Amino acid sequence: MKYPLSSESHHLRTLITGHVVPEPERCIQCGICSFNCPIGIDVRFHAWTGEYVEDPTCLTCGECIERCPRGVLHFETTELYLEEKE
Amino acid sequence: MTRYVIIGTGVAGFSAVQTLSSLEPGANITQVSDDPHGFYSRPGLAYYLTGEIPEKQLFPFLKRGKLNLDVQQVSGRVTHLDPQSHSIVINPAGTLVYDRLLLATGAKSVPLDIPGGDLHGVVKLDNLEDTRKILSMIRRTKTAVVIGGGVLGIELVEGLGAQNVKVNYLLRGDWYWSNVLAEAESRMLERNLVHDGVTLHHRTEIVEILAKKGKVTGVRTSKGDIIRCDMLAVGIGVKACIELAQAAGLKTDRGILVNEYLQTSEPDIFAAGDVAQIFDPSSGYSSIDNLWYPGRKQGRVAALNMAGQNQIYQRTVAINVLLLAGVMTSIIGAVGSGREEGQAYTTRGSSETWQQLPNTIATESGTAVSQLRLMVGEQTLLGALVMGDQNISRPLRELINNQVDITPIRDQLLHSSAELGQCVMDYWIKTKR
Repeated sequence: MKYPLSSESHHLRTLITGHVVPEPERCIQCGICSFNCPIGIDVRFHAWTGEYVEDPTCLTCGECIERCPRGVLHFETTELYLEEKE
Repeated sequence: MTRYVIIGTGVAGFSAVQTLSSLEPGANITQVSDDPHGFYSRPGLAYYLTGEIPEKQLFPFLKRGKLNLDVQQVSGRVTHLDPQSHSIVINPAGTLVYDRLLLATGAKSVPLDIPGGDLHGVVKLDNLEDTRKILSMIRRTKTAVVIGGGVLGIELVEGLGAQNVKVNYLLRGDWYWSNVLAEAESRMLERNLVHDGVTLHHRTEIVEILAKKGKVTGVRTSKGDIIRCDMLAVGIGVKACIELAQAAGLKTDRGILVNEYLQTSEPDIFAAGDVAQIFDPSSGYSSIDNLWYPGRKQGRVAALNMAGQNQIYQRTVAINVLLLAGVMTSIIGAVGSGREEGQAYTTRGSSETWQQLPNTIATESGTAVSQLRLMVGEQTLLGALVMGDQNISRPLRELINNQVDITPIRDQLLHSSAELGQCVMDYWIKTKR
Protein backbone atom coordinates (compact mmCIF):
# COMPACT_ATOMS: atom_id res chain seq x y z
CA MET A 1 0.00 0.00 0.00
CA LYS A 2 1.24 3.49 -0.81
CA TYR A 3 0.41 6.70 1.02
CA PRO A 4 0.03 10.09 -0.70
CA LEU A 5 2.27 12.96 0.31
CA SER A 6 0.54 16.09 1.51
CA SER A 7 3.39 18.27 0.28
CA GLU A 8 5.30 18.29 -2.97
CA SER A 9 8.32 19.70 -1.23
CA HIS A 10 11.41 17.96 -2.54
CA HIS A 11 13.08 18.32 0.83
CA LEU A 12 10.19 16.74 2.67
CA ARG A 13 9.98 14.02 0.08
CA THR A 14 13.65 13.19 0.60
CA LEU A 15 13.25 13.13 4.36
CA ILE A 16 10.31 10.78 4.15
CA THR A 17 11.41 8.49 1.36
CA GLY A 18 15.14 8.34 1.98
CA HIS A 19 16.95 5.78 4.04
CA VAL A 20 20.62 5.24 4.71
CA VAL A 21 22.25 2.38 2.84
CA PRO A 22 25.68 1.05 3.87
CA GLU A 23 28.34 -0.52 1.70
CA PRO A 24 30.17 -2.95 4.05
CA GLU A 25 33.13 -3.39 1.70
CA ARG A 26 34.23 0.17 2.47
CA CYS A 27 33.56 0.12 6.21
CA ILE A 28 36.35 -0.15 8.79
CA GLN A 29 34.00 -0.02 11.81
CA CYS A 30 35.50 3.20 13.17
CA GLY A 31 32.08 4.13 14.56
CA ILE A 32 32.15 7.80 13.51
CA CYS A 33 28.64 7.31 12.07
CA SER A 34 27.18 5.98 15.33
CA PHE A 35 29.05 8.58 17.38
CA ASN A 36 27.55 11.43 15.36
CA CYS A 37 24.00 10.11 15.07
CA PRO A 38 21.88 12.68 16.98
CA ILE A 39 19.50 10.02 18.23
CA GLY A 40 22.04 7.28 18.89
CA ILE A 41 21.27 4.75 16.18
CA ASP A 42 24.12 2.24 15.93
CA VAL A 43 24.62 2.91 12.21
CA ARG A 44 27.91 1.03 12.30
CA PHE A 45 26.10 -2.22 13.10
CA HIS A 46 24.13 -1.80 9.89
CA ALA A 47 27.40 -1.26 8.05
CA TRP A 48 28.62 -4.59 9.48
CA THR A 49 25.53 -6.55 8.49
CA GLY A 50 24.90 -4.64 5.26
CA GLU A 51 21.27 -3.95 6.24
CA TYR A 52 19.60 -0.64 5.39
CA VAL A 53 19.01 1.72 8.31
CA GLU A 54 15.28 1.17 8.61
CA ASP A 55 15.06 2.35 12.19
CA PRO A 56 11.74 4.21 12.58
CA THR A 57 13.49 6.84 14.72
CA CYS A 58 15.99 7.72 11.96
CA LEU A 59 15.65 11.40 11.06
CA THR A 60 17.38 10.90 7.69
CA CYS A 61 19.36 14.00 8.65
CA GLY A 62 22.37 12.69 6.74
CA GLU A 63 24.86 13.39 9.52
CA CYS A 64 26.26 9.83 9.39
CA ILE A 65 26.68 10.06 5.62
CA GLU A 66 28.38 13.42 5.87
CA ARG A 67 30.80 12.37 8.62
CA CYS A 68 31.84 8.95 7.33
CA PRO A 69 35.49 9.26 6.21
CA ARG A 70 35.25 6.22 3.94
CA GLY A 71 32.15 7.00 1.89
CA VAL A 72 30.39 3.91 3.26
CA LEU A 73 26.90 5.39 3.50
CA HIS A 74 24.53 6.90 0.97
CA PHE A 75 20.86 7.71 0.63
CA GLU A 76 18.47 5.62 -1.34
CA THR A 77 14.80 6.28 -1.67
CA THR A 78 11.93 3.90 -1.18
CA GLU A 79 8.66 4.40 -3.01
CA LEU A 80 6.67 3.14 -0.05
CA TYR A 81 5.30 6.57 0.84
CA LEU A 82 5.13 8.10 -2.62
CA GLU A 83 1.96 9.03 -4.39
CA GLU A 84 0.82 6.28 -6.71
CA LYS A 85 1.32 7.17 -10.33
CA GLU A 86 -1.83 7.35 -12.29
CA MET B 1 33.28 -32.18 19.02
CA THR B 2 35.83 -30.39 16.84
CA ARG B 3 38.15 -28.14 18.83
CA TYR B 4 38.65 -24.84 16.98
CA VAL B 5 41.47 -22.53 18.04
CA ILE B 6 41.90 -19.05 16.60
CA ILE B 7 45.03 -17.01 17.27
CA GLY B 8 44.37 -13.30 16.92
CA THR B 9 41.54 -10.90 17.76
CA GLY B 10 41.69 -8.67 14.69
CA VAL B 11 38.92 -8.56 12.12
CA ALA B 12 39.94 -11.88 10.49
CA GLY B 13 39.92 -13.69 13.84
CA PHE B 14 36.66 -12.05 14.92
CA SER B 15 34.98 -12.88 11.63
CA ALA B 16 36.09 -16.52 11.96
CA VAL B 17 34.65 -16.74 15.48
CA GLN B 18 31.38 -15.20 14.33
CA THR B 19 31.15 -17.62 11.39
CA LEU B 20 31.92 -20.73 13.46
CA SER B 21 29.46 -19.64 16.18
CA SER B 22 26.63 -19.27 13.73
CA LEU B 23 27.58 -22.41 11.80
CA GLU B 24 27.85 -24.70 14.81
CA PRO B 25 26.03 -23.27 17.86
CA GLY B 26 27.75 -24.56 20.99
CA ALA B 27 30.96 -25.34 19.10
CA ASN B 28 34.21 -25.60 21.03
CA ILE B 29 35.93 -22.34 20.02
CA THR B 30 38.92 -20.82 21.78
CA GLN B 31 40.42 -17.48 20.79
CA VAL B 32 43.92 -16.62 21.96
CA SER B 33 45.58 -13.21 21.88
CA ASP B 34 48.15 -11.14 23.72
CA ASP B 35 46.23 -7.95 22.90
CA PRO B 36 44.32 -7.22 26.14
CA HIS B 37 41.68 -5.19 24.31
CA GLY B 38 40.16 -7.89 22.11
CA PHE B 39 38.41 -6.89 18.90
CA TYR B 40 38.40 -3.21 17.97
CA SER B 41 38.71 -1.10 14.84
CA ARG B 42 42.43 -0.88 14.18
CA PRO B 43 41.97 1.50 11.21
CA GLY B 44 39.79 3.59 13.54
CA LEU B 45 42.87 4.39 15.64
CA ALA B 46 43.64 7.16 13.15
CA TYR B 47 40.37 8.89 14.11
CA TYR B 48 41.01 8.35 17.81
CA LEU B 49 44.37 10.05 17.31
CA THR B 50 42.79 13.05 15.56
CA GLY B 51 40.21 13.33 18.33
CA GLU B 52 37.22 12.63 16.08
CA ILE B 53 36.06 9.73 18.27
CA PRO B 54 36.62 8.76 21.89
CA GLU B 55 38.39 5.50 22.70
CA LYS B 56 35.27 3.51 23.55
CA GLN B 57 33.94 4.16 20.04
CA LEU B 58 36.66 1.89 18.65
CA PHE B 59 34.81 -1.13 19.99
CA PRO B 60 31.95 -2.31 17.77
CA PHE B 61 28.98 -4.22 19.15
CA LEU B 62 29.11 -2.67 22.62
CA LYS B 63 25.38 -2.06 22.39
CA ARG B 64 24.71 -5.34 20.67
CA GLY B 65 24.84 -8.18 23.14
CA LYS B 66 22.78 -10.10 20.64
CA LEU B 67 25.86 -11.22 18.71
CA ASN B 68 26.23 -13.60 21.63
CA LEU B 69 29.41 -15.25 20.48
CA ASP B 70 30.06 -18.56 22.16
CA VAL B 71 33.83 -18.39 22.49
CA GLN B 72 36.37 -18.95 25.21
CA GLN B 73 38.92 -16.14 25.37
CA VAL B 74 42.47 -16.95 26.48
CA SER B 75 44.87 -14.11 27.15
CA GLY B 76 48.54 -14.72 26.46
CA ARG B 77 51.25 -14.99 23.86
CA VAL B 78 51.54 -18.16 21.78
CA THR B 79 55.17 -19.19 22.01
CA HIS B 80 55.15 -22.53 20.23
CA LEU B 81 53.12 -24.38 17.61
CA ASP B 82 53.50 -28.10 17.05
CA PRO B 83 51.58 -29.32 13.98
CA GLN B 84 52.43 -32.97 14.74
CA SER B 85 50.73 -33.05 18.14
CA HIS B 86 48.15 -30.42 17.09
CA SER B 87 49.01 -28.21 20.03
CA ILE B 88 50.09 -24.69 20.91
CA VAL B 89 51.87 -23.40 23.99
CA ILE B 90 50.51 -20.18 25.48
CA ASN B 91 52.47 -18.07 27.94
CA PRO B 92 51.23 -18.16 30.71
CA ALA B 93 48.09 -20.27 30.09
CA GLY B 94 49.87 -23.49 29.09
CA THR B 95 49.28 -26.05 26.35
CA LEU B 96 46.14 -26.11 24.23
CA VAL B 97 45.20 -28.86 21.79
CA TYR B 98 43.33 -28.10 18.57
CA ASP B 99 41.73 -30.02 15.73
CA ARG B 100 41.65 -26.99 13.41
CA LEU B 101 43.76 -23.90 13.93
CA LEU B 102 43.49 -20.42 12.39
CA LEU B 103 46.52 -18.15 12.38
CA ALA B 104 45.24 -14.58 12.24
CA THR B 105 48.31 -13.05 13.84
CA GLY B 106 48.28 -9.88 11.75
CA ALA B 107 51.19 -7.61 10.94
CA LYS B 108 53.38 -5.26 12.92
CA SER B 109 55.32 -2.10 12.12
CA VAL B 110 58.75 -2.37 10.60
CA PRO B 111 61.27 -0.58 12.85
CA LEU B 112 63.91 1.77 11.47
CA ASP B 113 67.15 -0.04 10.72
CA ILE B 114 69.22 2.43 12.73
CA PRO B 115 69.93 2.48 16.47
CA GLY B 116 67.57 4.38 18.76
CA GLY B 117 64.26 2.65 18.11
CA ASP B 118 63.72 2.11 21.83
CA LEU B 119 64.27 5.75 22.86
CA HIS B 120 61.54 7.66 24.65
CA GLY B 121 59.67 9.59 21.99
CA VAL B 122 59.94 7.00 19.20
CA VAL B 123 56.40 5.86 18.45
CA LYS B 124 54.37 3.77 16.01
CA LEU B 125 50.66 3.22 15.37
CA ASP B 126 50.09 -0.54 15.44
CA ASN B 127 47.53 -0.92 18.17
CA LEU B 128 45.51 0.79 20.87
CA GLU B 129 48.39 0.81 23.34
CA ASP B 130 50.55 2.68 20.79
CA THR B 131 47.82 5.28 20.31
CA ARG B 132 47.40 5.73 24.06
CA LYS B 133 51.15 6.18 24.33
CA ILE B 134 51.19 8.90 21.65
CA LEU B 135 48.26 10.73 23.25
CA SER B 136 49.87 10.54 26.70
CA MET B 137 52.97 12.27 25.31
CA ILE B 138 51.18 14.82 23.17
CA ARG B 139 51.07 17.69 25.69
CA ARG B 140 54.83 17.73 25.93
CA THR B 141 55.31 17.39 22.18
CA LYS B 142 55.77 20.57 20.18
CA THR B 143 57.51 19.18 17.09
CA ALA B 144 57.46 15.72 15.54
CA VAL B 145 59.19 14.00 12.66
CA VAL B 146 57.10 11.45 10.78
CA ILE B 147 58.71 8.98 8.41
CA GLY B 148 56.91 6.68 5.98
CA GLY B 149 54.66 7.11 2.96
CA GLY B 150 51.39 5.28 2.43
CA VAL B 151 48.37 5.26 4.68
CA LEU B 152 50.14 4.78 8.01
CA GLY B 153 52.50 7.73 7.47
CA ILE B 154 49.78 10.18 6.55
CA GLU B 155 47.58 8.95 9.42
CA LEU B 156 50.39 9.86 11.81
CA VAL B 157 50.93 13.23 10.11
CA GLU B 158 47.26 14.15 10.24
CA GLY B 159 46.75 12.78 13.74
CA LEU B 160 49.67 14.72 15.20
CA GLY B 161 48.72 17.83 13.21
CA ALA B 162 45.18 17.67 14.64
CA GLN B 163 46.77 17.63 18.12
CA ASN B 164 48.58 20.90 17.29
CA VAL B 165 51.99 19.30 16.88
CA LYS B 166 54.27 20.88 14.28
CA VAL B 167 55.05 18.05 11.86
CA ASN B 168 58.07 17.46 9.62
CA TYR B 169 57.18 14.74 7.12
CA LEU B 170 60.12 12.81 5.64
CA LEU B 171 59.44 11.12 2.29
CA ARG B 172 61.75 8.67 0.57
CA GLY B 173 60.52 9.43 -2.94
CA ASP B 174 60.04 12.55 -5.06
CA TRP B 175 56.44 12.77 -3.91
CA TYR B 176 54.13 11.23 -1.32
CA TRP B 177 53.31 7.48 -1.85
CA SER B 178 55.19 7.44 -5.13
CA ASN B 179 54.67 3.72 -5.82
CA VAL B 180 50.88 4.08 -5.87
CA LEU B 181 50.06 7.71 -6.66
CA ALA B 182 51.02 9.64 -9.78
CA GLU B 183 52.79 12.95 -9.28
CA ALA B 184 49.75 15.18 -9.96
CA GLU B 185 47.63 13.14 -7.55
CA SER B 186 50.23 13.29 -4.84
CA ARG B 187 50.88 17.02 -5.28
CA MET B 188 47.19 17.67 -4.68
CA LEU B 189 47.50 16.03 -1.25
CA GLU B 190 50.84 17.64 -0.53
CA ARG B 191 49.37 21.10 -1.14
CA ASN B 192 46.75 20.39 1.51
CA LEU B 193 49.35 19.11 3.97
CA VAL B 194 51.51 22.21 3.47
CA HIS B 195 48.43 24.40 3.87
CA ASP B 196 47.83 22.68 7.22
CA GLY B 197 51.34 23.56 8.36
CA VAL B 198 53.20 20.32 7.58
CA THR B 199 56.79 20.70 6.36
CA LEU B 200 57.62 18.19 3.64
CA HIS B 201 61.13 16.81 3.06
CA HIS B 202 61.32 14.84 -0.21
CA ARG B 203 64.01 12.24 -0.97
CA THR B 204 64.97 12.31 2.67
CA GLU B 205 65.72 9.49 5.08
CA ILE B 206 66.93 9.36 8.66
CA VAL B 207 70.57 8.40 9.15
CA GLU B 208 70.79 9.06 12.88
CA ILE B 209 68.41 9.58 15.77
CA LEU B 210 69.68 12.23 18.17
CA ALA B 211 68.94 11.83 21.85
CA LYS B 212 69.64 13.21 25.30
CA LYS B 213 69.12 11.24 28.51
CA GLY B 214 67.30 8.48 26.67
CA LYS B 215 64.88 10.84 24.95
CA VAL B 216 64.63 11.81 21.28
CA THR B 217 65.80 15.36 20.57
CA GLY B 218 66.08 15.26 16.79
CA VAL B 219 67.14 13.40 13.66
CA ARG B 220 70.02 13.76 11.23
CA THR B 221 68.82 13.28 7.66
CA SER B 222 70.44 11.79 4.57
CA LYS B 223 70.80 15.38 3.28
CA GLY B 224 72.93 16.25 6.29
CA ASP B 225 70.30 18.43 7.98
CA ILE B 226 69.39 18.20 11.64
CA ILE B 227 65.69 18.46 12.45
CA ARG B 228 64.91 19.00 16.14
CA CYS B 229 61.89 17.11 17.45
CA ASP B 230 60.31 15.73 20.63
CA MET B 231 58.73 12.78 18.87
CA LEU B 232 59.71 10.48 16.00
CA ALA B 233 56.74 8.63 14.53
CA VAL B 234 57.60 5.65 12.34
CA GLY B 235 55.15 4.38 9.73
CA ILE B 236 57.38 2.95 7.02
CA GLY B 237 55.44 -0.26 6.61
CA VAL B 238 54.34 -3.48 8.22
CA LYS B 239 55.60 -7.03 8.22
CA ALA B 240 53.38 -10.08 8.62
CA CYS B 241 53.79 -11.84 12.00
CA ILE B 242 55.02 -15.15 10.61
CA GLU B 243 57.54 -16.14 13.29
CA LEU B 244 55.29 -18.75 14.92
CA ALA B 245 54.44 -20.37 11.59
CA GLN B 246 58.07 -20.27 10.46
CA ALA B 247 59.31 -21.97 13.62
CA ALA B 248 56.64 -24.66 13.18
CA GLY B 249 57.92 -25.43 9.68
CA LEU B 250 54.97 -24.01 7.74
CA LYS B 251 55.72 -22.62 4.30
CA THR B 252 56.18 -18.85 4.44
CA ASP B 253 57.37 -16.02 2.23
CA ARG B 254 56.40 -12.39 3.03
CA GLY B 255 53.40 -13.91 4.81
CA ILE B 256 52.16 -17.41 5.58
CA LEU B 257 51.61 -19.10 2.24
CA VAL B 258 48.07 -20.41 1.80
CA ASN B 259 46.16 -21.91 -1.10
CA GLU B 260 42.83 -20.61 -2.39
CA TYR B 261 41.11 -22.41 0.52
CA LEU B 262 43.31 -20.39 2.92
CA GLN B 263 44.93 -23.62 4.03
CA THR B 264 48.62 -23.57 4.94
CA SER B 265 51.14 -26.29 4.10
CA GLU B 266 49.70 -28.12 7.14
CA PRO B 267 46.16 -29.27 6.26
CA ASP B 268 44.62 -28.53 9.67
CA ILE B 269 46.11 -25.05 9.94
CA PHE B 270 44.63 -22.06 8.13
CA ALA B 271 45.67 -18.42 7.89
CA ALA B 272 43.71 -15.22 7.22
CA GLY B 273 44.09 -11.44 7.36
CA ASP B 274 47.29 -9.40 7.21
CA VAL B 275 49.43 -12.49 7.80
CA ALA B 276 48.08 -14.55 4.89
CA GLN B 277 49.83 -14.53 1.52
CA ILE B 278 47.15 -16.00 -0.68
CA PHE B 279 47.66 -17.88 -3.92
CA ASP B 280 45.59 -16.65 -6.81
CA PRO B 281 45.13 -19.44 -9.40
CA SER B 282 44.15 -16.96 -12.13
CA SER B 283 47.39 -14.95 -11.93
CA GLY B 284 49.68 -17.61 -10.48
CA TYR B 285 50.91 -15.13 -7.84
CA SER B 286 50.55 -15.02 -4.07
CA SER B 287 49.89 -11.67 -2.46
CA ILE B 288 48.93 -9.99 0.81
CA ASP B 289 46.03 -7.60 1.32
CA ASN B 290 46.50 -5.33 4.35
CA LEU B 291 42.89 -4.28 4.15
CA TRP B 292 40.00 -4.55 6.60
CA TYR B 293 37.25 -5.99 4.41
CA PRO B 294 39.33 -8.68 2.69
CA GLY B 295 40.53 -9.66 6.20
CA ARG B 296 36.94 -10.04 7.33
CA LYS B 297 36.07 -12.07 4.26
CA GLN B 298 39.13 -14.28 4.65
CA GLY B 299 38.23 -14.97 8.29
CA ARG B 300 34.82 -16.15 7.18
CA VAL B 301 36.09 -18.37 4.35
CA ALA B 302 38.81 -19.88 6.57
CA ALA B 303 36.19 -20.69 9.24
CA LEU B 304 33.94 -22.38 6.69
CA ASN B 305 36.86 -24.51 5.53
CA MET B 306 37.87 -25.31 9.11
CA ALA B 307 34.34 -26.63 9.54
CA GLY B 308 34.81 -28.92 6.56
CA GLN B 309 33.15 -26.91 3.81
CA ASN B 310 34.99 -26.56 0.56
CA GLN B 311 34.97 -22.81 0.00
CA ILE B 312 37.33 -21.09 -2.39
CA TYR B 313 38.38 -17.58 -1.38
CA GLN B 314 37.13 -15.49 -4.27
CA ARG B 315 39.45 -12.55 -4.47
CA THR B 316 37.61 -9.45 -5.55
CA VAL B 317 39.43 -6.40 -6.77
CA ALA B 318 41.17 -4.69 -3.83
CA ILE B 319 39.59 -1.37 -2.94
CA ASN B 320 40.23 1.14 -0.22
CA VAL B 321 38.49 4.44 0.32
CA LEU B 322 40.41 6.93 2.39
CA LEU B 323 40.30 10.52 3.42
CA LEU B 324 43.87 11.54 2.60
CA ALA B 325 44.80 15.09 3.58
CA GLY B 326 41.13 15.97 3.39
CA VAL B 327 40.67 14.49 -0.09
CA MET B 328 38.36 11.49 -0.47
CA THR B 329 40.35 8.93 -2.43
CA SER B 330 39.32 5.55 -3.86
CA ILE B 331 41.98 3.14 -5.04
CA ILE B 332 40.62 0.24 -7.03
CA GLY B 333 42.65 -2.63 -8.52
CA ALA B 334 46.10 -2.29 -10.09
CA VAL B 335 47.15 1.35 -10.21
CA GLY B 336 50.75 1.43 -9.04
CA SER B 337 54.20 1.51 -10.49
CA GLY B 338 55.49 -1.78 -9.15
CA ARG B 339 57.18 -3.00 -5.99
CA GLU B 340 60.34 -1.23 -5.02
CA GLU B 341 63.44 -3.31 -5.44
CA GLY B 342 64.13 -5.30 -2.29
CA GLN B 343 60.87 -4.21 -0.67
CA ALA B 344 60.22 -6.82 1.99
CA TYR B 345 57.27 -5.24 3.69
CA THR B 346 53.78 -4.06 2.93
CA THR B 347 51.83 -1.04 4.12
CA ARG B 348 48.66 -0.89 6.19
CA GLY B 349 45.47 -0.02 4.39
CA SER B 350 46.84 -1.20 1.07
CA SER B 351 47.02 -4.24 -1.15
CA GLU B 352 50.04 -5.68 -2.93
CA THR B 353 47.81 -6.05 -5.98
CA TRP B 354 47.74 -2.25 -6.31
CA GLN B 355 51.44 -2.30 -7.09
CA GLN B 356 51.18 -4.88 -9.85
CA LEU B 357 52.27 -3.77 -13.28
CA PRO B 358 49.55 -4.88 -15.66
CA ASN B 359 49.79 -4.43 -19.40
CA THR B 360 47.81 -1.22 -19.48
CA ILE B 361 47.78 2.34 -20.71
CA ALA B 362 47.12 4.97 -18.07
CA THR B 363 44.68 7.67 -19.03
CA GLU B 364 43.86 10.54 -16.74
CA SER B 365 42.03 13.77 -16.25
CA GLY B 366 42.05 16.20 -13.39
CA THR B 367 41.40 19.61 -11.96
CA ALA B 368 42.81 21.40 -8.94
CA VAL B 369 40.39 19.56 -6.67
CA SER B 370 39.81 16.19 -8.31
CA GLN B 371 41.74 13.54 -10.19
CA LEU B 372 40.71 10.47 -12.13
CA ARG B 373 43.12 7.86 -13.46
CA LEU B 374 42.13 4.70 -15.31
CA MET B 375 44.35 1.73 -16.12
CA VAL B 376 43.01 0.62 -19.48
CA GLY B 377 43.70 -2.96 -20.54
CA GLU B 378 43.08 -4.62 -23.90
CA GLN B 379 39.41 -5.26 -23.22
CA THR B 380 38.79 -4.34 -19.61
CA LEU B 381 39.65 -1.74 -17.00
CA LEU B 382 42.26 -3.09 -14.58
CA GLY B 383 42.46 -0.30 -12.06
CA ALA B 384 41.33 3.20 -11.19
CA LEU B 385 42.14 5.98 -8.82
CA VAL B 386 39.50 8.56 -7.97
CA MET B 387 40.30 11.63 -5.89
CA GLY B 388 37.78 14.27 -4.89
CA ASP B 389 34.35 13.78 -6.44
CA GLN B 390 33.43 10.13 -5.81
CA ASN B 391 30.38 9.76 -8.06
CA ILE B 392 32.33 7.64 -10.48
CA SER B 393 33.96 5.31 -7.93
CA ARG B 394 31.05 2.88 -7.52
CA PRO B 395 30.54 2.38 -11.29
CA LEU B 396 34.29 1.93 -11.71
CA ARG B 397 34.45 -0.72 -9.03
CA GLU B 398 31.70 -2.67 -10.75
CA LEU B 399 33.27 -2.34 -14.20
CA ILE B 400 36.68 -3.46 -12.87
CA ASN B 401 35.44 -6.21 -10.57
CA ASN B 402 33.08 -7.72 -13.15
CA GLN B 403 35.70 -7.38 -15.90
CA VAL B 404 33.16 -5.69 -18.15
CA ASP B 405 34.21 -5.50 -21.80
CA ILE B 406 35.03 -1.84 -22.49
CA THR B 407 35.93 -2.31 -26.17
CA PRO B 408 33.13 0.06 -27.33
CA ILE B 409 34.59 2.99 -25.35
CA ARG B 410 38.28 2.07 -25.25
CA ASP B 411 39.37 4.53 -27.95
CA GLN B 412 37.31 7.27 -26.41
CA LEU B 413 38.94 6.63 -23.01
CA LEU B 414 42.40 6.81 -24.49
CA HIS B 415 41.87 9.92 -26.58
CA SER B 416 39.42 12.30 -24.89
CA SER B 417 40.60 12.70 -21.33
CA ALA B 418 38.39 15.72 -20.61
CA GLU B 419 35.31 13.51 -20.85
CA LEU B 420 36.80 10.52 -19.06
CA GLY B 421 34.43 10.43 -16.08
CA GLN B 422 31.32 11.14 -18.13
CA CYS B 423 32.28 8.51 -20.69
CA VAL B 424 32.65 5.84 -17.99
CA MET B 425 29.42 6.88 -16.27
CA ASP B 426 27.42 6.79 -19.52
CA TYR B 427 28.80 3.37 -20.39
CA TRP B 428 28.11 1.98 -16.91
CA ILE B 429 24.49 3.17 -17.08
CA LYS B 430 24.20 1.54 -20.49
CA THR B 431 25.54 -1.79 -19.19
CA LYS B 432 23.03 -1.69 -16.31
CA ARG B 433 20.05 -1.49 -18.65
